[in-house]
Amino acid sequence: MNLFQKIFSTPRTLIDKKAFSATAPAQPADHELKEKARKLFNGSLSIRLVTAGSTNACEQELIALGNSYYDVERFGVHFVASPRHADMLMVTGPVTRNMRTALEITYNAMPEPKIVVAVGDDAINGGLFKGSYAVLDGVHNVIPVDYQIPGDPPSPSKIIASLLAILNDLDSSAKKS
Amino acid sequence: MFAAGAIGSVLLKRNNLAANAWGGGLAIAGSAAGLIFSTSILFNGNGPSFGTASSFPLLDITFCLDQLAAFFMMVVCLVSLLASIYSLGYVRHYYGKYSVGVLGFFYNTFIASMVLVVTAHNALFFLIAWEVMSLASYFLVIFERREPSNVRAGSLYFVMTHAGTVFIIISFLLMFTLAGSFDFEALKAGVASASPLMKNAIFLTALVGFGTKAGIIPLHIWLPGAHPAAPSHVSALMSGVMIKTGIYMLIRIYFDILPDTYEWWGLALLAIGALSSLLGVLYALSEHDLKRLLAFHSIENIGIILLGIGSSLVFSSAGMDSLAALALTAALFHTLNHATFKGLLFIAAGSVIASTGTRNIEEYGGLIKFMPLTALFFLVGSMAISALPPLNGFFSEWLTFQAMFQGVASFDAASKAIFILAIASLALTGGLAAACFVKAFGITFLARPRSDAAAAAREPQKVSLLAMAGFAAVIAALGIFAGSALREITPVAANITGTPAIATATNGFQSVSIQDGFASLSMSAIFVLFAAAVVSLTAAVFILTRRVQITRGRTWDCGADLTPKMEITATGFSRSLITVTRGVLRPQRETEIEYHDANRYFPKTGTVTMWLHDIYQAYLYQPLQELTTVIANKITRVQSGNTNAYILYIFFTLIGILVMMDLKP
Amino acid sequence: MSVTLVIYWSLQILLIPTLSPLLVGVTRRLKAVLQNRTGAPVWQSYRDLWKLFHKNEVISEDASWIFLIAPYLVFAVTLIVGASIPLITTALSNHLTGDFLVVVYLLAFGTFFLALAGLDAGSAFGGFGSSREMMVAALAEGGLILSLLTLALLSRTTNLIAISENIHALPMASFTPIVLAFISFSIALLAENSRYPFDNPSTHLELTMIHEAMILEYSGKRLGLMEWTSANKFLIFISLGANLFFPWGIASSLDPQPLMLAFAALAVKAMIFCAFVAVLESSIAKLRILRLPELMYTSMIISAIAVGLVV
Repeated sequence: MNLFQKIFSTPRTLIDKKAFSATAPAQPADHELKEKARKLFNGSLSIRLVTAGSTNACEQELIALGNSYYDVERFGVHFVASPRHADMLMVTGPVTRNMRTALEITYNAMPEPKIVVAVGDDAINGGLFKGSYAVLDGVHNVIPVDYQIPGDPPSPSKIIASLLAILNDLDSSAKKS
Repeated sequence: MFAAGAIGSVLLKRNNLAANAWGGGLAIAGSAAGLIFSTSILFNGNGPSFGTASSFPLLDITFCLDQLAAFFMMVVCLVSLLASIYSLGYVRHYYGKYSVGVLGFFYNTFIASMVLVVTAHNALFFLIAWEVMSLASYFLVIFERREPSNVRAGSLYFVMTHAGTVFIIISFLLMFTLAGSFDFEALKAGVASASPLMKNAIFLTALVGFGTKAGIIPLHIWLPGAHPAAPSHVSALMSGVMIKTGIYMLIRIYFDILPDTYEWWGLALLAIGALSSLLGVLYALSEHDLKRLLAFHSIENIGIILLGIGSSLVFSSAGMDSLAALALTAALFHTLNHATFKGLLFIAAGSVIASTGTRNIEEYGGLIKFMPLTALFFLVGSMAISALPPLNGFFSEWLTFQAMFQGVASFDAASKAIFILAIASLALTGGLAAACFVKAFGITFLARPRSDAAAAAREPQKVSLLAMAGFAAVIAALGIFAGSALREITPVAANITGTPAIATATNGFQSVSIQDGFASLSMSAIFVLFAAAVVSLTAAVFILTRRVQITRGRTWDCGADLTPKMEITATGFSRSLITVTRGVLRPQRETEIEYHDANRYFPKTGTVTMWLHDIYQAYLYQPLQELTTVIANKITRVQSGNTNAYILYIFFTLIGILVMMDLKP
Repeated sequence: MSVTLVIYWSLQILLIPTLSPLLVGVTRRLKAVLQNRTGAPVWQSYRDLWKLFHKNEVISEDASWIFLIAPYLVFAVTLIVGASIPLITTALSNHLTGDFLVVVYLLAFGTFFLALAGLDAGSAFGGFGSSREMMVAALAEGGLILSLLTLALLSRTTNLIAISENIHALPMASFTPIVLAFISFSIALLAENSRYPFDNPSTHLELTMIHEAMILEYSGKRLGLMEWTSANKFLIFISLGANLFFPWGIASSLDPQPLMLAFAALAVKAMIFCAFVAVLESSIAKLRILRLPELMYTSMIISAIAVGLVV
């Protein structure tokens, strides 16, 4: 019964949705998002996470997204176990040479329409490791990237704000077309 | 007709093609004739019973085709018809390797002897036919005589079947001492006044004798060796019908010849059936030789049939004859169903084995792309044996369940407990059988080929596919029109148990109800509703998603290389079930790893082998064998080699006989 | 068959697929609340399904026609089972497919094809997912059949809708077998629906998956059908548990007033079951897979005792 006492006595720690609206929106990359993608994500987004040789700092922040402070699930977003189930591919890390094939296979295993988001400075242009012989300097050199979330690592608030902005972007482009 | 086929095959054995056609063709003709004859008897009522008596008792040849015999003859002829059609294509594999004429000879003799076994009405004639059947099947088992494992399996089969025959002879002799003649009618009259001790003795010896043929645990050790060793159409016959002849005689003796039954007989059969079915399916799960797997499933299904017979005995000992008829109907229906789906599975397996050249499931894979029709028929057989609606296996298991439910509802205390255990074991068996066939079908036909042999597989000949289609059609028909089939089979059971009233009723739209509505279902309704649901669902989804595209890609395996090693193996598939039942199964595991370097840091290959400890050989048969050898060694002292001693023995025997003759009036 | 009867039957068949995603949503929401967060709204599953039906599919080159048709077959199975169980009223009688063995074996049919589909693509995950699923399904079937048998013997019929009708009028002496059968049924419910302690429905670690591993290869509309099917099975088991063991509130006629009441009663009972599952999943850990059979044998033994206690 100790567990249930604890459940009912712990105060609420959820951060309100409005707190995420003001911070920086995601920066769209050059890749032209397909028409269909915009119409689709009507309150339901499945994300597959691939770590392509990252320092795991971004992963820590992404894992924090599911806790009782940030709770990304209330926006209809959840992480899935297989790229076949996913709509969005989040890639972290500068894409080491050994992860190149695996990343391509994961991208090809995802059904259309799909979005790729590069999370963290490493994934955008190699970040700390830029120019090293072991990395390919950013996800866009391997698969086409639609959005970027800068930061080393980006805090969970920033990630959620960017996600919400991406979703708004998709919805508004859907409404426009 | 079978005789003509047999002799003709031997004469023609030089010419492969002609021998095949002659042997197969006449087998087909004979089976067809037998099938038509027996089904007409089933529909119309009692058949002819005729005999030729002669002064020498050994030459009494009597046949009696009552309902029960006609039913079993129909089962024999149905399976042999379709297996013979299959053999026309399959036997081509033996051209140039073994003599096809000899195969045809023994095959026709085998079928003929089985027909004689189920129609004989005289104990001596029955024994002669039984012996011919055993011999013919022995020669068929060792047909591929250049494989030493086949010859070993054949020898074990030979010994076991004759050990069983000894018990059968003892049983008949016991009855003969009461009756004075070997005719079944006379035996029936004679046994009516027997003492309980005699009746129990007859029960037990018949059980052991016919149980050896039927494959009850622990008398089953010949089955997993003999059925795989024989050619596939013969395996279909052996597994589908030969073991049923044991069941036939059990029914004949317990219901027809012995007048009243004791409760403990039925309960013992229930317990044996429960044990047999559970152990059979557990051993099947651990096999990865395709034919041995199917052979163990035969043991399981015989267990289920024994559950039906056992319940029937319990009901008839308590006087509830309509329920006894219900339980017996369930057992008979399951006999028919098992013959059909086991026949289909064996001939489909035969095509797979002939096409890939190996019996090991671990080397198959992806065959559904190379042998699509065989895969489809194997799937139908798997679904039937796993008792999935709307096929026939489900219906007969449902009937068996219903019989046992009535048993739980009607009895108290100990009998009730045994019925509950039987129900639990049947429920477990159904689930485990489904698990085993997911493994068998999935690893054989799905995913990617695991070896070059599998990648080179091709469809068998059209005539073999025709036979498989025939079986599948029978399975589907028996399943969907189970109500009508039930209506035809219940008179058979009623005839044997002697009741006019039956506890089942078949109403409109194929619906069957048990015991005035305690339970009811309609197989056709299940099938129609299911088909309608699938069709309407597919149409709805198609309309909803018509603009969606489908692309073909690589299997998702976390981005790793897709070698055949990625797929699960048969051993791996059943590992979880074997591990959780390890108290019963006693699995043993051996891991062999080959290393690149002497320090054993870099493995090159690794093999894990898992097998079961054969407890029957170790704890039952090996001690028996040793005991027999010890006794035999003691007796050899009598054979001293001294002629004078032998003359002395003869002298004493003569005096003994004179004294005995003097004492008897 | 009159027109009103056709309408009522269609409502009965369509009720399960319509309401099942809501139930899954409620359970998920309750778990989230217990974890001190909000979680997705209760109708999130509907949005997920809508999205899945509008996505393209990627199908493995190694997959055969079994992979392609399996989702349709398993979903159709839940539709037929939905027509055979008591949901709102016992006035709709089904003597053709309403036998409890038919329902159990139809669900086994669904599991059979689900396991085959898992094996079909030739991936490592699907293979061991199928292996584990068949082990759990085979062992859970025993407890399920025996617990439903207890009810059948008590109400003297094996027809599920008729059982629901008859359990009402039973004397107190049959209280013990019903309670024991209910315990056994709950364990079977958790096993067949991939809930704790048998399986974690929201895990990402393939080594801990049973049901999820078999559908890892599916995408688009077929994935939608598979997820919908597992939601349907959840609602089927819950309504069986609610209407067979606690049949108060179920309507015995086709008048609108009792039907509304019965619908509300079913909703309340379903909420209680969902709360029970949510609390269970928040308080205990998943069991190691080789210890699951002990739990299922316990279920079988308890229900065997229950059958034995039926007078």
